[in-house]
Amino acid sequence: MKITLLDRLLLLSTGFLATWQVAVGINGIDTLPMIAYTVGFGVLLLAGLLLIILGFDALDSPVVVILSTIIPLSLSLGLVWEHLAAYRTLYLVFAILGFLVIVITRSVPMKNKLPVLVLAVVHGIAGMTIFLLPFLLAFTGRAAPSFALVGLGGALIGLGGLLLSFLKAGKPILSRKTILKILPGLLLLTTAAFVLGFSAA
Amino acid sequence: MRTIIRKFRLYWPLTKSLQTGLLLSTGLAGYMSARCPVMHWYDFLGLGFSLFLAIAGSTILNMWYDRDIDAVMNRTHHRPLADGRVTPPEALRLGVVISVLGVGLAVAMSPLYGLIVFAGLFFDVVVYTLWLKRRTCWSIVWGGISGGMPILAGRAFGTGHIDGIGILLALAVLFWIPTHILTFAMRYFDDYQAAKIPTFPSAYGLQVTRLTIAVSSVVAALSISAAGILIGMQWGFVRVLAVLSAGLMLLAAATVFRPTERVNFGLFKYASLFMLSAMILLSI
Repeated sequence: MKITLLDRLLLLSTGFLATWQVAVGINGIDTLPMIAYTVGFGVLLLAGLLLIILGFDALDSPVVVILSTIIPLSLSLGLVWEHLAAYRTLYLVFAILGFLVIVITRSVPMKNKLPVLVLAVVHGIAGMTIFLLPFLLAFTGRAAPSFALVGLGGALIGLGGLLLSFLKAGKPILSRKTILKILPGLLLLTTAAFVLGFSAA
Repeated sequence: MRTIIRKFRLYWPLTKSLQTGLLLSTGLAGYMSARCPVMHWYDFLGLGFSLFLAIAGSTILNMWYDRDIDAVMNRTHHRPLADGRVTPPEALRLGVVISVLGVGLAVAMSPLYGLIVFAGLFFDVVVYTLWLKRRTCWSIVWGGISGGMPILAGRAFGTGHIDGIGILLALAVLFWIPTHILTFAMRYFDDYQAAKIPTFPSAYGLQVTRLTIAVSSVVAALSISAAGILIGMQWGFVRVLAVLSAGLMLLAAATVFRPTERVNFGLFKYASLFMLSAMILLSI
């Protein structure tokens, strides 16, 4: 499907928002979450740029599955490191191992369901962390109410990931055309929710 | 007035405005890297004007000399010189006048700055175009050196001398140029073959060319990031530069391990965007 001017504008806006977030960073946080957030927003920035340059065909590359794992893993790592001090090391180990296992299972041809299982577990844990933790922090008063927007961003990116994963698995929830039509807008909304949410932090 | 507008429209494509604009942005960024936040507008405008004239002049001279090649290649046969809309003597006169004006203004502004601008023009027109382009595919190294001169000149104009950062910035452009030129050489392989111009793909094959692009992209990204840190760029901008560099390396790796026409030309476009973004980041 050809990329339209509107798609390009939406993706460019996504890129600008992500660039802004990478450039301004988040005040008063440790080095590791800063790196984690930079990586997460960096992948969003590159996703926007590469889709503009290469078109939607870029989504057919097997590398996309690996790269799209980086966003939830890095953002959730940053959140856990900042807000769940007791689980820092455990989650860091999970993020690194999870990423490595996904790289391996996506690089080595396998006929069983292990690659899908690994992807579901890693994405599931990381996605639920980004979705639930900000809501929890906002509703218990440990963060500003608008920090819940990060959770909304997590839900949106989870939705995008789900649509693309099922599409790539050959069992699409929506048609390819519909998914590609809403993807640029979804990416922009996701990034905007993250940026607004983190600015509250 | 109509004649002037008609001539301007005819001459403008001879300057390869996008390429000239990109090189001009490197020169301005080189200056800003030395002078930011204090900047003198008359120096800045003089720098921009002299660099534009020198780069555009050398490009016109390049196009004048290569008109026979342009006429053979599908991609370039419609250029004003190749299709006869501009006569060779007219283009030569234009190229010489604009080049002399550009270098002359540069020398008047600062002898060191003028010398570097002249070196860029000399390497591009004499060494690259007249001497090496039709003889060896390694001519791109000299094309790269001349491409690195605007940023070095801008930096030297800002600081008053040639420093390590300026050389690092020039190196970044030098190593960025293969990414730019070689992806083009692969895309228009048949055109270059028809014109009998030696290129990396024709001399060493596509795989070696892709590897060369990947290595030079990595070196360009590292050089510009190192220069940014040494200049004292804000950490936020360093982070953005690191992300953009990662994108360049990712695409360069993709051209080696999963080469397709789309990825190859995508790298070409991304490399231009990367350079422009890096120049903006160096300037603010």
